[in-house]
Amino acid sequence: MPLKKTAIGRRAFIKNTSLAGGGLVLGFSFLNSCTDRQAQTMTAKEMPEEWFEMNGYLKIGENGLVTILSPNPEGGQNVKTSMPMIVADELDIDWNDVLVEQAPLNTDAFTRQFIGGSQAIRRGWSGLRLAGASARQMLIAAAAEAWQVPVGEVTTEAGVLYHRGSDKSVGYGEMAAAAAKLPVPEEVPLKSIDDFDIIGTSKKNVDGLKIVTGKPLFGSDIHREGMFIAMIVHPPAFGLRLKSIDDTEARKLPGIKDIFTIKVFNEDYEKTFFDTRSFNEVAVVVGNSTWEVLNAKKALKIECEPIEDATETRDRFGSKWEQHTPAGMESTADHFAQMEKMAVKGGVVKRRDGDPEAAFKKAAKIVEATYTAPFLAHNCMEPMNFFADVTSEKAELIGPLQKPEFTEQTLSARLGMPLENIDIQMTRLGGGYGRRSYAHWLVEAALISQRMKAPIKLIYTREDDMTDGIYRPAYLAKMRAGLDANNNLIAYHVNAGGIPESPLAENRFPAGAVEHYLAEEWTIDSNLTVGSFRAPRSNFMASAEQSFLDEVAEAAGKDPIDFRLELLDRAKNRPVGENNDYEADRYAGVLKLVKETSNWEKAAPKVSRGVSAYFCHNSYAAQVLDVVVENGKPVVQKVFCALDCGIVVNPDSAKNMAEGGIVDGIGNAFFGELTFKDGIPEKSNFDTYRMIRMREAPKEIEVHFVKNEIDPTGLGEPTFPPIFAALANALYRATGDRYYHQPFLSNKSPLMG
Amino acid sequence: MNLIAQTFNIIYNFKEIFTIMATFNLNINGKTQQVDVDPNTPILWVLRDHLQLVGTKYGCGIAQCGSCTVHMDGVAVRACMLTVASVGNQEITTIEGLSENGDHPVQKAWLEVDVPQCGYCQAGQIMTAAALLDKNPDPSDSEIEMAMNGNICRCGTYTRIKKAVKIAAATKTNA
Ligand code: FES
Ligand code: FES
Repeated sequence: MPLKKTAIGRRAFIKNTSLAGGGLVLGFSFLNSCTDRQAQTMTAKEMPEEWFEMNGYLKIGENGLVTILSPNPEGGQNVKTSMPMIVADELDIDWNDVLVEQAPLNTDAFTRQFIGGSQAIRRGWSGLRLAGASARQMLIAAAAEAWQVPVGEVTTEAGVLYHRGSDKSVGYGEMAAAAAKLPVPEEVPLKSIDDFDIIGTSKKNVDGLKIVTGKPLFGSDIHREGMFIAMIVHPPAFGLRLKSIDDTEARKLPGIKDIFTIKVFNEDYEKTFFDTRSFNEVAVVVGNSTWEVLNAKKALKIECEPIEDATETRDRFGSKWEQHTPAGMESTADHFAQMEKMAVKGGVVKRRDGDPEAAFKKAAKIVEATYTAPFLAHNCMEPMNFFADVTSEKAELIGPLQKPEFTEQTLSARLGMPLENIDIQMTRLGGGYGRRSYAHWLVEAALISQRMKAPIKLIYTREDDMTDGIYRPAYLAKMRAGLDANNNLIAYHVNAGGIPESPLAENRFPAGAVEHYLAEEWTIDSNLTVGSFRAPRSNFMASAEQSFLDEVAEAAGKDPIDFRLELLDRAKNRPVGENNDYEADRYAGVLKLVKETSNWEKAAPKVSRGVSAYFCHNSYAAQVLDVVVENGKPVVQKVFCALDCGIVVNPDSAKNMAEGGIVDGIGNAFFGELTFKDGIPEKSNFDTYRMIRMREAPKEIEVHFVKNEIDPTGLGEPTFPPIFAALANALYRATGDRYYHQPFLSNKSPLMG
Repeated sequence: MNLIAQTFNIIYNFKEIFTIMATFNLNINGKTQQVDVDPNTPILWVLRDHLQLVGTKYGCGIAQCGSCTVHMDGVAVRACMLTVASVGNQEITTIEGLSENGDHPVQKAWLEVDVPQCGYCQAGQIMTAAALLDKNPDPSDSEIEMAMNGNICRCGTYTRIKKAVKIAAATKTNA
């Protein structure tokens, strides 16, 4: 057993006295912590009367039930199941004796309590293992003490401590009181990977039963006596700000309590990375019920005025940057024209290997293509919302958000209230995909409650949500490849940019695999706000690059998988340049696995296949997509996906996540698009904004994992970026057309006839 | 069409007439529930705001996403565009009333397949699936796709939903 210092994430092991009252936790709510299985059957154990806290992550009941707190918010990636599984495995407990609770936001007790960048499992791994292992070690020490035997002779199995020599055994529950009093050990043994018995087995979603029975789990489900409903009205177009409101009619409507305006941030506030918001001043309607507020919202008249050019300093985790927001009413047509122009002009060179200009001159064949992608709205199925109860002493906020520890600081600054008076509770997220990192709506909710001197629930309508900004940026990339007379790729040039940010990752494949390489980027300022969207930047670069490599492989007369493997072989054995941001072996590994599992050379009759592979967010993904054309429409028959994300904690739920990324990616590739006319988003609901539906989803998805013993990495994002190109490449084989511009198909809702 | 538009305008212009509260006795999940609301209130908000039956979700408000699906006399309907006044004494079933203990064949199949990701759309998906299987106990793939096409899942759980519907169909027909 490897010994591991508990110093990593040490703070988590300091007992959280606010919870524990000195190791003993009472009055734990049964309903909240009961897992579904137990709620259903409750065979073995009743709820304990006493809980003994071992560390910030877990407490053990006198009867051996264990409550594990899941530190990060849950938005569908199933971390609320997978993270406690890691703790439970090291604790060596029967999974059936585990209850899971959402941890409170407590930055003293937990590190990195946020979800984003597919990092929850990767960054949580060590801390979660140590939490389980150190508690196990304390139980062992307590048993050794009680039995007067050496610590090294006490073993554990599924929640029971044993001393084989004297034939003694005792359950964790009976030893918990004594163990909780012991100091947290400085060093603890961790299980070897072969000994994992929970990690690597599929465990069902701990909230499954609550979801399928419609229990209140989401922020929008919160109800409190005396609570009002609040909604916002924001300017109808980017480039405008609120000037005045006329609430004469709206106020007359029944059930309306108040109408006013709020400023999300004070003018002199230096916004941090996640403080993006589109309209700083918004009108607010507060009333008794949603329907009444909706009606008043329609009757409220607002007057807007154009914004001026502005530059503000923002803080990105300590480093400052200047954000320029131009005045004006932007339109999609201009956006694409501007991007074309910028690409022709060329940009800032981010990486140059060899002599690309000379290489292109002597190339026997040059392949060139331009790829574009539009703005996208996140469209979480649960529109933005938050509950707030703010008094002069304290602020209680409950709802769905991805970055509570950052938002807490923002709110503290806005309310001028110390952090310790702010209590943010995390509910399940009805989707996040990056959108719920930018929690301006939490600040709005707090300001509304403060003004109303009452608890309120702020809810965005679908229209508010879709037209409120924080979009996936629009992008363009020009790609150029030079082949020599033997069809070797000798030169590669990527010129990429976007509005308002560049998607380029200059050190990613095929950098390192091509002798002469040039990567440049540019940006165009905009008053449209943008934010992370399921693998930001990667989701476009993967589609451009992997579609392009397909075209280059064709020009070289090579099989697209073999062509990539050849390049990866070069990157491994004779890498070009430095800082290549991938491991060629693992990259090749997923390609080989998908080649084998899809039986690549033997597509079924009438099936056209496309392949794609990408590495981002620390995990490798390769996909083969099969398409057939039925009645002139492409139908995705099957997707094969190979993944290398290290150790797979919860295989079936990892597959679910992979499937989700694939379906979502196909949907966005086919239909995803938000266009603008004079600053106005041209779509505001699902009648016009086309989402993938069951009929367009792949008929089948098969996911395989590369087996290795590498520490786990995430899956929320990695299957999303490559699928765009797998689809484009399959469509090319099916139709003879290359798909350079997203969305690939028209986007009219099938429900609108 | 014109007539509808006109009628709508009249309603809009004389909104005050229609925003007078009225009392409704609704038959929801087998119980009679009395509410005092504007007759134009969609049943979705009656359920969520007035009866605290929040399993039925809001996703679009315009009958495009299926998150708000409930049964009215056994037929799947979109609660976001169904006014309380139009319900009368027809029987409304919500996700909370689909079964006593979460053991409706569709719910069981959902758990078996572990369908949900974020879970927000799933009550609507389950209600649509349950209504489909009541009408058509053994649907083909394309019949499932047809019936489920009105329910959006941004998380992308469609392949699992389809699998769960088939499992539920199999258990129902074998039962
Ligand atoms: S909320 Fe009713 S269909 Fe979307
Ligand atoms: S499970 Fe998240 S929208 Fe369907």
